[in-house]
Amino acid sequence: MSKILVIAEHLGGKLNSSTARAVSAAAAVKADAIDVLVLSDAPDAIAAEAAKIDGVSRVLTIARSDNAHALATVLAPQIAKAAAGYSHVFVPSTTFGKDIAPRVAALLGVAQVSDVMSVEAAHTFKRPIYAGNAIITVEADASHTVVATIRSASWAAAGNAASSAPIEALAIDVTLPTHTRFVELKQGSSDRPDLQSASKVVSGGRGVGSKENFEIIYKFADRIGAAVGASRAAVDAGYVPSELQVGQTGKIIAPELYMAIGISGAIQHLTGIKDAGTIVAINKDGEAPIFEIADIGLVGDLFKLIPELEQAIG
Amino acid sequence: MKILVGYKRVVDYNVRIQVKPDGTGVVTDGVKLSANPFDDIALEEALRLREKGVATEVIVVGIGPADLTAHLRNGLAMGANRAIHVVTADAVQPLTAARVFLKLIEKEQPELVILGKQAIDDDANQTGQMLAALWDRPQATFASRVDIADGKATVTREVDAGLEVIEAELPAVITTDLRLNEPRFIKLPDIMKAKSKPIDSIEFGSLGVEAHDHLRTTHYAAPAKRSKGVMVKDAAELVAALKQKGLL
Ligand SMILES: Cc1cc2nc3c(=O)[nH]c(=O)nc-3n(C[C@H](O)[C@H](O)[C@H](O)COP(=O)(O)OP(=O)(O)OC[C@H]3O[C@@H](n4cnc5c(N)ncnc54)[C@H](O)[C@@H]3O)c2cc1C
Ligand SMILES: Cc1cc2nc3c(=O)[nH]c(=O)nc-3n(C[C@H](O)[C@H](O)[C@H](O)COP(=O)(O)OP(=O)(O)OC[C@H]3O[C@@H](n4cnc5c(N)ncnc54)[C@H](O)[C@@H]3O)c2cc1C
Repeated sequence: MSKILVIAEHLGGKLNSSTARAVSAAAAVKADAIDVLVLSDAPDAIAAEAAKIDGVSRVLTIARSDNAHALATVLAPQIAKAAAGYSHVFVPSTTFGKDIAPRVAALLGVAQVSDVMSVEAAHTFKRPIYAGNAIITVEADASHTVVATIRSASWAAAGNAASSAPIEALAIDVTLPTHTRFVELKQGSSDRPDLQSASKVVSGGRGVGSKENFEIIYKFADRIGAAVGASRAAVDAGYVPSELQVGQTGKIIAPELYMAIGISGAIQHLTGIKDAGTIVAINKDGEAPIFEIADIGLVGDLFKLIPELEQAIG
Repeated sequence: MKILVGYKRVVDYNVRIQVKPDGTGVVTDGVKLSANPFDDIALEEALRLREKGVATEVIVVGIGPADLTAHLRNGLAMGANRAIHVVTADAVQPLTAARVFLKLIEKEQPELVILGKQAIDDDANQTGQMLAALWDRPQATFASRVDIADGKATVTREVDAGLEVIEAELPAVITTDLRLNEPRFIKLPDIMKAKSKPIDSIEFGSLGVEAHDHLRTTHYAAPAKRSKGVMVKDAAELVAALKQKGLL
């Protein structure tokens, strides 16, 4: 019998869609119960959102002022306690989940399965290694709690339920450490779609050439309603902020349309877009490796082609 | 202040990984091995802290087979004061690696442990967080900037939403992201000097660490290939193709 605890990711009082994706993975286990745990200083609105996710049995909340920011040192001991009685703890494989889940696993004295792409059986999962160049099947010991992070790009978000699941406050008695403190979060404010959940993404690479030139990427993305991404080279060169990086060490995304512009297609970049629906590559070098995986390729100078694209869109 | 640095040897990031046809693993015979790039960054950060006078000693740690010594020499040539080699022929999962580090911490009493955020072979992204939990100390993962002063580390972390700054009292565990620094190149005279630096070998079995390997890998497969795409000749043709697919 499987009973799964899904840890909700949220920011600014809003639930992140990675949570509904983790619920989909929990549903694939054919669990008898899927509970979502919301840790926050003010969990009510977030819990109400989580209660609407299809497949959720209950939403549990831990309201504490310590939970105002997602500090692993503070959240992990609460999650480890709340995990009692569950066969699985699922956490989104985002920077939030990657930070917290191993700490929970270590407190429980169990191994962690990172980046679950598919559920083969209640204790058998597939996950990528070597930047996605090999996929392994991993079997976890059924006598221990399974702590796993769920690779968001592999799972569609669970839809809305006909009626909301019940919400219950959880009282967890645990002393929390004060040795780690939140100072600030510097967020690039943007009205563009969110890179991780957007259905269209336009990414620029080193070929774009400068921060000023990147305007052409932003403008084109706005034109087609896309989020903006970038290669590591573009981030390192300071063209764009780091949260736009796509790839092995950046964000792993699965938009319906991905347009790689002035990006060569290094293996570490491709790792981030393997699950994209349609990949379009625009590059002046016809031999660039990006064309090996692109669904549609166009060879030419991006500075000439983007204005032409805008014109052709009409 | 002493700093312990994780220095793992992995298949070089430029190698095109091949899965063995029988699904028992990936081909590692004869492929180029290098330091995990995140660990080079971890070592570089530790060396810079020593050069600033914040740290006094930098120790690189490798857990792996007997032939790991050549790799640890590279860490010494880069500038570490000494190396610890925990010798094991078996693959070590992150929880076990974290338990090994904890044993070394008890012995060495470092103020700071810097690990890579992930090793680029297993991409587990776990060891640092697990170690911090077992040690009951702060963790600052995915660091892109580290400042040490007044017994605490102020760390900028690369998170999905942007850059998060946290403060951690020492001792603490930090894991590195790519933009923390650019590791230095090893110079020939340093390779010579490294020959006389000590490498402390410890048998894994002598540490009293329970190898807690709950996970069994039963099969390796190559990822699904994307089918070959088409080339279009101009912008108009591209837009037409995307419109036909309902993407524009
Ligand atoms: C451990 C590790 C992790 C990494 N993680 C990531 C990661 O997460 N994400 C990532 O992206 N990279 C990552 N990298 C880096 C990766 O290996 C590449 O260096 C990087 O992706 C290259 O970026 P790029 O394609 O923008 O630049 P380049 O490889 O320099 O390619 C630029 C391309 O632009 C084209 N171009 C130039 N001018 C024009 C023009 N006017 N019009 C059209 N095309 C033009 C060129 O033909 C070229 O193909 C990682 C590397 C390591 C070692
Ligand atoms: C094909 C294959 C062959 C393998 N062969 C071996 C082998 O010969 N010997 C072996 O020990 N393991 C071997 N392993 C196990 C594996 O490489 C890792 O040691 C283990 O799974 C830890 O996962 P990770 O490195 O991805 O952890 P992560 O959590 O991603 O690692 C994060 C950081 O922890 C530190 N760290 C983790 N492990 C070590 C280590 N061993 N030494 C120093 N620092 C470390 C590093 O700073 C690293 O950057 C093998 C795995 C595979 C797939």
